[in-house]
Amino acid sequence: MNAINQSGWKPEMGKAGETAPATFTGNKALMLDEALIFEIGTAATTGVDLADAPKGTARLGNLERHRDIGLPGLSEPEAVRHYTRLSRQNYAIDLGFFPLGSCTMKHNPRLNEKVARMAGFADVHPLQPVETVQGALAVINELAIWLIQLTGMHGVAMTPKAGAHGELCGILCIKAALAARGDPRSVILVPESAHGTNPASAAFAGFSVENIPATSEGRVDLAALTARLGPDVAGVMITNPNTCGLFERDMREISDAVHAAGGYVYCDGANFNAIVGRVRPGDLGIDAMHINLHKTFSTPHGGGGPGSGPVVLSEALSPYGPLPYTARHADGHYTLIEEESAEECHPHSFGRMTAFHGQMGMFTRALSYIMSHGADGLHQVAEDAVLNANYILRSLEDVLEAPFAHSGPCMHEALFSDDGMADGFSTLDIAKGLIDEGYHPMTVYFPLVVHGAMLVEPTETESKATLDQFIGALRSVAQRAKAGDPSLKSAPHHAPRRRLDETQAARKPVLVWREPEQAIAAE
Amino acid sequence: MRYLPLTPSDRQAMLGVIGANSIDDLFVDVPAAARLDGPIRGLPNHASEMAVERHFSTLARKNMTASEHPFFLGAGAYKHHVPASVDHIIQRGEFLTAYTPYQPEIAQGTLQMLFEFQTQVARLFGCDVANASMYDGSTACWEAIGMAGRITKRSKAILSSGLHPHYVSVAKTMARYTGDTLNTALPDLTAKTDSARLLDAIDGETSCVVVQYPDILGRIEDLSAIAAKAHEHGALLIAVVTEPVALGAIKAPGDMGADIVVGEGQSLGVGLQFGGPYVGLFACKEKFVRQMPGRLCGETVDAQGKRGFVLTLSTREQHIRREKATSNICTNSGLCALAFSVHLTLLGEKGLRGLAQLNHALAVQAADRLTQIAGVELVNDSFFNEFTLTLPKEARPVVRALAERAILGGVSLGRLYPGTDALSNGLVVAVTETATSEDVETFAAALQEILA
Repeated sequence: MNAINQSGWKPEMGKAGETAPATFTGNKALMLDEALIFEIGTAATTGVDLADAPKGTARLGNLERHRDIGLPGLSEPEAVRHYTRLSRQNYAIDLGFFPLGSCTMKHNPRLNEKVARMAGFADVHPLQPVETVQGALAVINELAIWLIQLTGMHGVAMTPKAGAHGELCGILCIKAALAARGDPRSVILVPESAHGTNPASAAFAGFSVENIPATSEGRVDLAALTARLGPDVAGVMITNPNTCGLFERDMREISDAVHAAGGYVYCDGANFNAIVGRVRPGDLGIDAMHINLHKTFSTPHGGGGPGSGPVVLSEALSPYGPLPYTARHADGHYTLIEEESAEECHPHSFGRMTAFHGQMGMFTRALSYIMSHGADGLHQVAEDAVLNANYILRSLEDVLEAPFAHSGPCMHEALFSDDGMADGFSTLDIAKGLIDEGYHPMTVYFPLVVHGAMLVEPTETESKATLDQFIGALRSVAQRAKAGDPSLKSAPHHAPRRRLDETQAARKPVLVWREPEQAIAAE
Repeated sequence: MRYLPLTPSDRQAMLGVIGANSIDDLFVDVPAAARLDGPIRGLPNHASEMAVERHFSTLARKNMTASEHPFFLGAGAYKHHVPASVDHIIQRGEFLTAYTPYQPEIAQGTLQMLFEFQTQVARLFGCDVANASMYDGSTACWEAIGMAGRITKRSKAILSSGLHPHYVSVAKTMARYTGDTLNTALPDLTAKTDSARLLDAIDGETSCVVVQYPDILGRIEDLSAIAAKAHEHGALLIAVVTEPVALGAIKAPGDMGADIVVGEGQSLGVGLQFGGPYVGLFACKEKFVRQMPGRLCGETVDAQGKRGFVLTLSTREQHIRREKATSNICTNSGLCALAFSVHLTLLGEKGLRGLAQLNHALAVQAADRLTQIAGVELVNDSFFNEFTLTLPKEARPVVRALAERAILGGVSLGRLYPGTDALSNGLVVAVTETATSEDVETFAAALQEILA
């Protein structure tokens, strides 16, 4: 339980207060604003002590940089304080419940951080002789085996840097497989509820993208999909569980139909957390699926990255996977298959998609998480993630419209719409109201197939008490939106900033800091 | 299980609220044939923190670490000392466990940091604007080629032979699917780069010229002439920087006319990490900003007029534009961008310049020492902290022999360009502030012995 007041606000609580006086600094006790490094640092300040360079003649090709770069420096105490003060303006999973749908904001275990920082992994160079990095290659290989086993697939490409990079990997495998059989198929089918990365990845590889409609139950319309299949369709990209939080019941039939028509099935594995350890995508006829290690396997989101997006592949697509990859030999020795040995070991590979071997620092973290849970723990992960989501769905469906709740249970996330709000009140107001209640809002306005969508993903690492309090808070905010409480329109009131003017930001973009004089001169 | 808070009685109570008899009822939409009734067989069950840590310690010990051995590898990833406070700051939960800052009222920490990062990168590269990071240098390089294609509406790119071969490889992979034509070549072991080849090749169909600076062999050459010729023909110059510390000593590519400057930011703050995660840097001229890939952070005000920051110009991005987006990228490298930015803030102008001078001076000394060995010659006239040697025999086995003596002695060109005989005696050696004079001496003595 993480609020003092567990029973809700009572009218007498606010009466004794008086209006707070303005402060000299603009700060409010622990609510501290922080200037930019360009406003507080100087060119002469440094937080790093360096040895003097030995004297000698420069060999810089007469390209010495004489002009100032314009980089402010801070001493160590100033730097630590600057970033600590900034950090306190962030919401984070360590601070509270973070129910962002489709993003799987689960607890990030600190053991993962510890093992990733072991010098044997953090302090090795990607181009060291392979004899000197056998332990690092073993980590990649062990994680690869876990991912193959957990998904029931044939192979895995470990190098993709994030989910969208993984999608690209899968799409390029499909493209390469089609090229290998001289088949010029050019269309990828994508449901309307798909993540934006799906059509963007398909389009990158030169495919044209066509939408597949959904049923009134929020699932892919099997009949419409089957009707569209034909000799021009390279494949489908389906998110399962989908972005409405529902399992695609017809997945096997979809796969069979696509295969029968000569296409391939890509699965967006962003929502794998709902089924990890309980359902293997390989049993559903999937040909390729990326796994966001930063979602299902708890590597930290880091304010937007880095991620990691290994792609599990079917037997049909495995030959086309990217370089490099690790190979384990019978004697326990590991080698790297790169361009050099590709012709012999992996002749159909579509090539390299990043400089080195993928996100090693994420592999160690994900493997640490997977080993900690084991097969039994991961089975429980999916169960608890799904249980938590259904608990939220059923606890709030009387106050929030849940468009697909009638069709049965949800998977890892509960989807609501803004139906029934007072005139002029929308999902955005509910989201901002939740900020004042001390929560990160759910995913809003996604998926696009539901009006004013609110997608709530609690994950398995939240307690019942946390869920109960959130349910109370969201109920309260939803009731205010239904009643047309004007104070909700200007929420958040208690965050480090009030609503920000995004229109101005886009109309006159200010993307770097300029000295005030310069800024004036530029106008 | 230590990460799962629900108790058996919680689960029962919650099932009651839901109106389900068992957990299995919640998985009813999964076809029975695909539903596993218990944990996947053949895999180990959960393990204690101690057991997991022990497993990783055992594997970690099988790797030869950079800090505990004389170490001279570069070629796209560099070993620099990272101040202790960098790792402390990136491990603060508010940075580490935050999401992409889509709710700006409660993400000003990440957003302001990104705004500072963008400004630092833009200034370092001599560009107007920079984005909030890409996956790494190699993917940033390809994205820049794609962006040049969109701007010029042309599809022929000319790649310098000094561009990192892995970056070339990535570009070749991608170009095969986009229909771009890449004009590439292998490097020669000469002091001069192939700028004459590039100048020759530029014509009215060229979308961009891509030049690494300093290049894969460590050579530094003025980009102005290439920029001028490219611009004359309506093409763009893309500069690729894999060692940003160099820009504390040498001119910024943007100041020599580069239109887009991309790079690998690993050198500052991030560490070696066996190749990832790293941080792709991406900067360009302001007029091209709407063709940039990736997230951008911009300044604005809140409802009370206070300065604040938001993600902006998102109509370029996949979550709005879908198949018409400038790139499919979503997740970037935010936490590594923070590490880069903190390290650069700790250095400041003075520190970065001092660090760059120190790197260069130590590299000059090491080059002088290593070329005293009979048969070892320096390819470069110019270099920053990395140079190429030619050995009297194939370099790749020499690197392995050095490793057997617990010395990590550079990257052989045989590793980077397998099967290219003309390059096989080449050895790329990087010398940073972390290399002591004893390290250089140990390296030189061993190299001499192996070559004897």
